[in-house]
Amino acid sequence: MQSVPLLTLLIAIPAATAVVVALLAPTARSAIRAVSLLGSAITFAVSLLVLARFESVAGFQLQESAAWIPQWGISYRLGVDGISLFLVLLTTFIMPLTLLAGWEQSERIKGYYACLLSMEAALVGVFLALDLVLFYVFFEAMLVPMYALIGIWGSANRRYAAIKFFLYTLIGGLFMLVAILYLYFASGAQSFAYADLLAVSLTSTEQALLFVCFFAAFAIKVPLFPFHTWLPDAHTEAPTVGSVVLAAVMLKIGGYGFLRYSLPFFPEATQRFAPILLALGVIGVLYGALVAMAQRDIKRLVAYSSVAHLGFVVIGIFALDPTGAAGSVVQMVNHGLSTGALFLLIGFLYDRTHSREIAGYSGLLRAVPVFGGIWLFVVMSSIALPGLNGFAGEFPILLGTFQTVPWAAVAAVFGVILAALYLLWPYQRMFHGPVEGLAVGLRDLRLREIAIMVPLVVLILAIGLYPKPLYDRVNPSVSAVVADAIQRADVAATAAAAAREGE
Amino acid sequence: MTVLAQVDQLPVNIPDFAWAAISPELVLFGVGLLALLLDTAGPQRLQASFVAFGVLVAGAVFAALQTGNVVLCALVGLAGVTQFALTAIWRDRPRMLSAIITSLGFIGGLGVTAWQWATYAGGTFTVSGAGVQLPLVATQSVIGDMVAVDGVALFSRFTICLAGLITVPLGFSYAEDRRIHRGEYYPLLLFAATGMTLLAASADLIMVFISIEILSLALYILTGFARRDLRSQEAAFKYFLLGAFSSALLLYGVALVYGVTGSTNIAEAGRAFSALTVNSGLTLAAMALLLVGFAFKTSLVPFHMWTPDVYQGAPTPVTGFMAAATKAAAFAAFVRVFVGGFAALSWSWAPVFWVIAVVTMMGGAVLAVVQTDLKRMLGYSAIAHAGYVLIGLLAVSRAGVSGVLLYLLIYALMSLGSFGVLTLLERRGHKAMALDDLRGIGRRYPVPAGMMALFLLSLAGIPPTAGFTAKFAVFRAGIEAGLSSLVVVAVVSSVIAAFFYVRVIVIMFMEEEPAGADLDPPLDLTAGLIIGLVATTATVVILGVFPGVFIDLASQAASFAG
Repeated sequence: MQSVPLLTLLIAIPAATAVVVALLAPTARSAIRAVSLLGSAITFAVSLLVLARFESVAGFQLQESAAWIPQWGISYRLGVDGISLFLVLLTTFIMPLTLLAGWEQSERIKGYYACLLSMEAALVGVFLALDLVLFYVFFEAMLVPMYALIGIWGSANRRYAAIKFFLYTLIGGLFMLVAILYLYFASGAQSFAYADLLAVSLTSTEQALLFVCFFAAFAIKVPLFPFHTWLPDAHTEAPTVGSVVLAAVMLKIGGYGFLRYSLPFFPEATQRFAPILLALGVIGVLYGALVAMAQRDIKRLVAYSSVAHLGFVVIGIFALDPTGAAGSVVQMVNHGLSTGALFLLIGFLYDRTHSREIAGYSGLLRAVPVFGGIWLFVVMSSIALPGLNGFAGEFPILLGTFQTVPWAAVAAVFGVILAALYLLWPYQRMFHGPVEGLAVGLRDLRLREIAIMVPLVVLILAIGLYPKPLYDRVNPSVSAVVADAIQRADVAATAAAAAREGE
Repeated sequence: MTVLAQVDQLPVNIPDFAWAAISPELVLFGVGLLALLLDTAGPQRLQASFVAFGVLVAGAVFAALQTGNVVLCALVGLAGVTQFALTAIWRDRPRMLSAIITSLGFIGGLGVTAWQWATYAGGTFTVSGAGVQLPLVATQSVIGDMVAVDGVALFSRFTICLAGLITVPLGFSYAEDRRIHRGEYYPLLLFAATGMTLLAASADLIMVFISIEILSLALYILTGFARRDLRSQEAAFKYFLLGAFSSALLLYGVALVYGVTGSTNIAEAGRAFSALTVNSGLTLAAMALLLVGFAFKTSLVPFHMWTPDVYQGAPTPVTGFMAAATKAAAFAAFVRVFVGGFAALSWSWAPVFWVIAVVTMMGGAVLAVVQTDLKRMLGYSAIAHAGYVLIGLLAVSRAGVSGVLLYLLIYALMSLGSFGVLTLLERRGHKAMALDDLRGIGRRYPVPAGMMALFLLSLAGIPPTAGFTAKFAVFRAGIEAGLSSLVVVAVVSSVIAAFFYVRVIVIMFMEEEPAGADLDPPLDLTAGLIIGLVATTATVVILGVFPGVFIDLASQAASFAG
């Protein structure tokens, strides 16, 4: 069993399923659905095996490597550690649910499923890649299916949103490519492998420039204020499944990238730019919350809430405190679960009424009690009610941040309060009051839809009550990364001070 | 020591001519003549073919007697028999016959190039007749130092012959439809290819000039091949006038080089230049004039004005061929002259190239954004791509040259593919394709539209397509050579370029079909188009995912005769 390349399977199974789906006849709808679901379910099963094999220590595990383009020092290297483990699991877990949610999709179903599955392969690849070019390839490869998903199956203004999404991500990605190439030649290692490039030594100017290049890619992904403007458009226009994948998984690449690449590669620049990033994170939290409050479209509201939530994640990472950073990783997973769930619910509602206007609904709790109950539960998780998963992530972030940068923690707390406001206010408007408007005669959730929500609800509760298994696995890796970054930055600072004295 | 010098010492005073060195040209030119002969003969095709058969058999006998090379003799004889058999089979379908013979000619060119390569990799090859062992590696050029048999030449020949081979099936039914399938089409294609391969192998500036003229004359005619189309005429005229002008400037540059160094041989002139201690205005003028000549052929801003018009006006398969093969040939010579020969003078030309690269990348991309005609848009995008190639040239390194070669091969494939799909679409509408005409094509014809999307994504450089490999190669070389700022400009240009490539995909897949689209005749997928498109699609994917072999070949090829 030792020799089975589990991580490769995680990428290969969805990719192969996508190919199979693409080869099926466009009319064989049930076959397409069944094959897709089966493929993603097997992938999830394999990822559970990875979880079972995972040991709670720092460093990469289950590593695999093979030559790919040796002429250029590019290799195929995969590995998983505490930072990537749960993001991979989140991806493989969300994907079957997403496929189920798109069950009713009638138009061009073949391309739809093929897009989703190839996106899963690319997303898992991004989290597992331990070669920087391989990482870049997955990073860009997932652009195309997402772009198609928004552009083809999205709503009215989809073309604009699709192009905007594509170009924003491409710009960031290409700058990162330049930085990767620069790192390669600066290291002189003749290899793009993560571990080899980590040994590079850079001047502080080089660090700053390269940090900015990587920052461009990840800040757009997160999305960090003021690089967030593509997100509300993409979310609003994307079909439900697109929004779910986007919010639940794709945005996590930003936070993941900061932890995996920015901190270890550029510790000095990280320390130098941390205040700016913290400020941007705080602005994101507050701005996202305020703008969310002003939205009339419920989907747009949740999109802006993502900007706010991921601001927290960035604060947790750049507070440079192990507790905060571990909280950020867990919070990324939590945000994936709760925002994913919210987008799914919005999708169910939209399927029925074809409207996302908050003002159009009233009294939903009475009209569709199951829907209303689940919605309230998920909203509570998003608000970070103690006992649910949001709290389990946000609390350590605030705790850790308070130890190193108190002002950021204090400012971010206001974000938590505002979150309660912008989520509960529309809840009150839509779900309470007399049954009016679109809520009249609405059908409650079907069995399939409940079946999709149950695993999410269970996880939200489970992580909230007992987050220890997550932290046990996340902590060693994250602490190592943060401690290493702080230590190397200090060494550099001491050296710089010594040099100044010597003059 | 050159071949001629060695030949002088031989007892018998037969001027040795290293036929093997120019064998790809001989094959292409010979097949061109054959195609011309068979076409001119009209109904007496079979008789003409018999005459050709006789000539080839005589050639085979001569080769056997002269060189004792049985394989060569057998191949020439086989060519004679094959052409006769083909003529006998397709004597009533002259176009089909020409197309098949032309394809075989390109395959022959590829084969001979492969043979040269194999010999090259082995280290030496024997010049026919003289029995002289010549290392094929970069140190010597043959035929009075006129032609180089080195990696750059061989790789570019490969690209050019491949482009020709793909052009033939892609253009067949298009030419038929537009009633421009005249007999000269195929010989002209072959003659143009002859000029291109010769240009890629030229080791002497005079040879550069001659081969540019050979290929240009053929291309002028091909551009204006759609006689009844005003646009095509205009394009040909423009191309001819501007081309003649740029050739004249190039020749003037050659004359100045000769004036300064006393030689037109690229390597020798380069050595003389590097020995120069005085900074002479004449040298600068020579560089500038050569630069203008090459910049015109490779369509660099501000010498690009002809490109969009010619790309738009020329028959689409010709455009594809021009974009793919001319660029490969001209850049090969460009690289040979500036990186191979005049590297010592890079202080004089590198800053100018730097500026030209920036304006070319940005200009091409920005101007492409506002185009509505697809061929015109691809024309401007070709300009931007020439700018990216220039990064590899400016790196003045082995990695840079191999990047250039790889880029040109990949660009050839993806541009042929995209023009191929355009050919298919234009045949349906019997008119030039504007962006709007593509609305909803993706829904009705997912496979051709999907191929087009693939080619466009590849042109945009999205992994894992071949275009990414190409960009990676030149960016890598650029950063290694300390051209990070230029690479950043290229990145910005790539993003602008991605906008208009992606816009086409949006229009194909994400917009509704215009009303009345049902009335349009369906797409007519002929065997030729299928072969051509499947071949380009497959290579674009393979070169994106497993480019290792080609990277090896290109880096082996990054050597100059000198």
